[in-house]
Amino acid sequence: MTTVKTNSMTPVQAINDGLRTMLQEREEMVVLGEDVGINGGVFRATDGLQESFGEDRVFDTPLSESGIIGTSIGMAMNGMLPVAEIQFFGFIYPAYEQVMTHATRMRYRSMGAFTVPMVIRAPYGAGVRAPEIHSDSMEALFTHMPGIKVVCPSNAYDAKGLLISAIEDPDPVLFLEPLKLYRAYKDEVPEGKYEVEIGKGELLVEGEDVTLIAWGAMVPVIKKAAQLAEEKGITCDVIDLRTLSPIDKDIIAASVQKTNRCVIVHEAQSTGGLGNDIISIVNDTSFLYLKSPIERVTGADVHVPFWALEEHFLPTPERTLHAVQKVMDF
Amino acid sequence: MHTPIENRNTHQQDITEQFPMKQIIDSEGNLVDDTYRNEINIEDCRKFYRQMLCMRTFDQKAINLQRQGRIGTYPGFNGQEAAQVGSALALREDDWMFPTYRDHAASITFGGSYAIISTWKGRVEGNRPPEGRNIVPPSVPIATQLPLATGAAMASRYRESSQAVIAYFGDGATSEGDFHEGMNFASVFKAPVVFFNQNNRYAISVPVWKQMNSETIAQKAVAYGMPGVRVDGNDIFAVHHETMKALERARNGEGPTLIEAVTWRYGAHTTADDPTKYRDNETENRKNLLNDPLSRLEAFMKSEGYWDAQWAEDFEKDIKSEIDEAVKEMESMPEPDVNDIYDHMFESPTWPIEEQKKAYMEYLKGGSEK
Ligand SMILES: Cc1ncc(C[n+]2csc(CCOP(=O)(O)OP(=O)(O)O)c2C)c(N)n1
Repeated sequence: MTTVKTNSMTPVQAINDGLRTMLQEREEMVVLGEDVGINGGVFRATDGLQESFGEDRVFDTPLSESGIIGTSIGMAMNGMLPVAEIQFFGFIYPAYEQVMTHATRMRYRSMGAFTVPMVIRAPYGAGVRAPEIHSDSMEALFTHMPGIKVVCPSNAYDAKGLLISAIEDPDPVLFLEPLKLYRAYKDEVPEGKYEVEIGKGELLVEGEDVTLIAWGAMVPVIKKAAQLAEEKGITCDVIDLRTLSPIDKDIIAASVQKTNRCVIVHEAQSTGGLGNDIISIVNDTSFLYLKSPIERVTGADVHVPFWALEEHFLPTPERTLHAVQKVMDF
Repeated sequence: MHTPIENRNTHQQDITEQFPMKQIIDSEGNLVDDTYRNEINIEDCRKFYRQMLCMRTFDQKAINLQRQGRIGTYPGFNGQEAAQVGSALALREDDWMFPTYRDHAASITFGGSYAIISTWKGRVEGNRPPEGRNIVPPSVPIATQLPLATGAAMASRYRESSQAVIAYFGDGATSEGDFHEGMNFASVFKAPVVFFNQNNRYAISVPVWKQMNSETIAQKAVAYGMPGVRVDGNDIFAVHHETMKALERARNGEGPTLIEAVTWRYGAHTTADDPTKYRDNETENRKNLLNDPLSRLEAFMKSEGYWDAQWAEDFEKDIKSEIDEAVKEMESMPEPDVNDIYDHMFESPTWPIEEQKKAYMEYLKGGSEK
């Protein structure tokens, strides 16, 4: 049996490693965005890549999100594999039009004559005391979009594996990077190429009483909540969704049919949020198994507050525990 | 609220001098640029004329079809034949074209297929380019195709291919951010792309002098460090010549060019629009008819002895049957396939799409939807 060598890495290092692996693997791949070149990205996700692969393959663009995404679409249509960085997810709004009107539609509207195999990487989320707009988690704007996949890893292993899958995917993929977890901890990450399948969630902790579902930066929150619950004699299934579109409905159904209760945690605003789709999935697959209404712990329908009040916006393990108790006591 | 043209800053007079309207033949069909003389030959003239007439006939046919309810809303290009045909004929087979909803003459000329018309019958099949032709589906959201065209050109440069890219857009499009972004990226990355603007002087109801406060569109190129050229868009020679030059620059690695082809659309914005609400169409059209792209080429050909009544009669007949054939083909298309709604979203369908498709197909068969 061959053993794969692993290295201990933070999520952001794993992303860098994933980009490096794929730049080696696919010569048509380029990395582009604001400050991704010599500066290595404001979070160092692209650190050293320009040095290794040259300015033709890792390059700084003018400051223009619509330009970055629009030109990436054109490049992807003409035989390249662009991996575009949006410096902060909250700055994707100027490019929303390009994603919606072209990236996601080109295959459909040309009946497959033109395709857009590109990846959009964006750090997202609150809790790092960033200025206004930098903290948004508007993933639902994109999960609502037809024709694009949305993934969001919560650890270094998944970050690299999902990124590689996203790059290999023949369709556009939005790759959300939880800012708060960039350097939160280290995992063992295999060297070289491996994939984490898009569309598959992961059961991180097994329990009996409640299913907890989250993704990205909220995964540590529900893990912690599960610990707090256990101290009270309640055990939880902890699910990291990993892919936000298309959602792994089987993992949700299997878990809820076992626990009969469900709590969904996301930092994005509640109305129109992805939690509602998960409720629909439970409704479609497991309604008669439920012993209590599903609870959601989410951001309020307000803008992410300026950081002095950020902690009142973000779900916490305690708020999650409160919801867990509510579904238990129903 | 808007500065009438006559009251604009005097520096704009220099601009018109810097960006003169290039002409090879004038509106009476006289050769005004003699340096072009040895490039002109009877074959090209006949090809240009035939294709323009073909496109004009087709456009009129499409408008009639709409009136008869045989196709849906349709945006005509009548009057812009020289701009579209002249530029499209400058392309090489493997080049890329990013047209808008109004650029059928360009795409038909380049792709050699009328199938595109079926998009106005609501058929996605119309967007599928002929085999081997990089004609991107016509862009509906204004100016958004410009960054894409730049990206395709960046890829061509990166892959060391000699493919060039042409992107079409109107005067209104120059107000959108994507115009800036496409132009700026193209110039920074020296992308082999030709930005081909058709200034037909109206964006639906808004005249170009309310669209922008600059005298020309060509001058905008200065800000991006690329050549800007203003051509008489009804002079097919000038259009063709300048597009050839720009494409050659692109292929030589010299980067993008902005071409402003000044032209006029006789008809409404679309068949759903009524131009008499915002312009004196009769007067304007009468004035613009004097500049008509076809009649001036005809006059030129006659004065050169290139015109032959029998030739003209023959190809008019050919054109008619060619277009009738195209319409027949469109109208005998099989019923649209419902699967097409679902089957082109991803390379392999995701489960929500698979389930939704299955449920709907069952519903169509008379089963229950869930
Ligand atoms: C982003 C966007 N906004 C608005 C529209 C609606 N619209 C369609 S055509 C048009 C005018 C475009 O004018 P111009 O760019 O001059 O092109 P023309 O139609 O004259 O060829 C408008 C406003 C649109 N299609 N896309």
